[in-house]
Amino acid sequence: MPGKSTPRIPKNYEISPGVLRFSSARLSLPKRGTVVTKKIGGKKNGNERKVVTNKGPKLFSKVRQTTAIEGGDLTHTKLRKTITPGTVLIILAGRHKGKRVVFLKQLAKTGLLLVTGPLKLNNTPLRRIAQSFVIATKTKIDISKVKVPAHIDDEYFRRAKLNKAKGKEGEDIFAKGKEEYKVTDQRKQDQKAIDAPILAAIKSNPEHKFLFGYMGSRFALGKGQYPHKMIF
Amino acid sequence: MPVYKRLVEVGRVAFIAKGKDQGKLATIVNVIDGNHVLVDGPSSGVSRGSRNLKDLQLTKFKTNVRVGQRTKGVKKAFDEGKVADKFSQTKWAKNIVNKQKRANLTDFERFKLMRAKQLRNRLVRVELAKLRKAAKH
Repeated sequence: MPGKSTPRIPKNYEISPGVLRFSSARLSLPKRGTVVTKKIGGKKNGNERKVVTNKGPKLFSKVRQTTAIEGGDLTHTKLRKTITPGTVLIILAGRHKGKRVVFLKQLAKTGLLLVTGPLKLNNTPLRRIAQSFVIATKTKIDISKVKVPAHIDDEYFRRAKLNKAKGKEGEDIFAKGKEEYKVTDQRKQDQKAIDAPILAAIKSNPEHKFLFGYMGSRFALGKGQYPHKMIF
Repeated sequence: MPVYKRLVEVGRVAFIAKGKDQGKLATIVNVIDGNHVLVDGPSSGVSRGSRNLKDLQLTKFKTNVRVGQRTKGVKKAFDEGKVADKFSQTKWAKNIVNKQKRANLTDFERFKLMRAKQLRNRLVRVELAKLRKAAKH
């Protein structure tokens, strides 16, 4: 146990998404000592007893022990009620802003939304986006046949570090040129596998003629349109 | 010929455009002053009370009501005149309904509407071009 100056905190909370108020060290339980077998006297006592060398503080409340967080288990981001799997979302920020995309699921670790264009319709790949950057529409697409493979998680979307081999001294640092980001074959495969049933679902929709154009067009506000007064 | 056809007068049916009971019809029962009238709309759920004329829009309908007529009589005159029915037939009422429909469209429905308008305008344009061509020769 660190000194008295660092009190144990019973409950952790987020000060902003992904950032916890207290470090795991503040939350961890004081280390209990190792178990040692001691010999004890008395005939009916079984000769030996397993004893913990350091029992930890006596007045350590039960609540603290039960709510101690292990490994930074984040509280789950609550999904807006209007966003359900298959909901068409309008992206509000970033290079894809204005596009209408399909929501697939919420990612477990960060709570971000997993969306896809489909790529063929509006050039939006499988992507993560925060729900605050999105308007949920009432239009839904049946994605019951879509299977999001387990390997598509937050780790999957992490920025890949381009190889930065350190140049030797005296070597021309510009000689190598830039290494560009390339879409991996794995991503292409996943994109296809996920988009195919979505495209099929759009096609089988009775209003598919409009739906294709709808998914392929960008959203914009016209004259006299106020987003807070509109229904999506 | 009179300039105004719709006057603030006892028996005039008014459309409440603002405030409480917005969008309902009521009959003017008495004129309080230059700005206020006493209205009553038992058939449309407007309780009797004074309203500012700025909140009211006069319709072309009038009921046969005496000054300060009580609610029962106002209701009778309003229902017998079939004012609510007649009002809903007017272009004014239809515009209100249409406006509401527009406001309640979802994003996808707005898109479909846009597409339908594009198609219609295309047809109009083609026909107009044909007529123009015919007129030239």
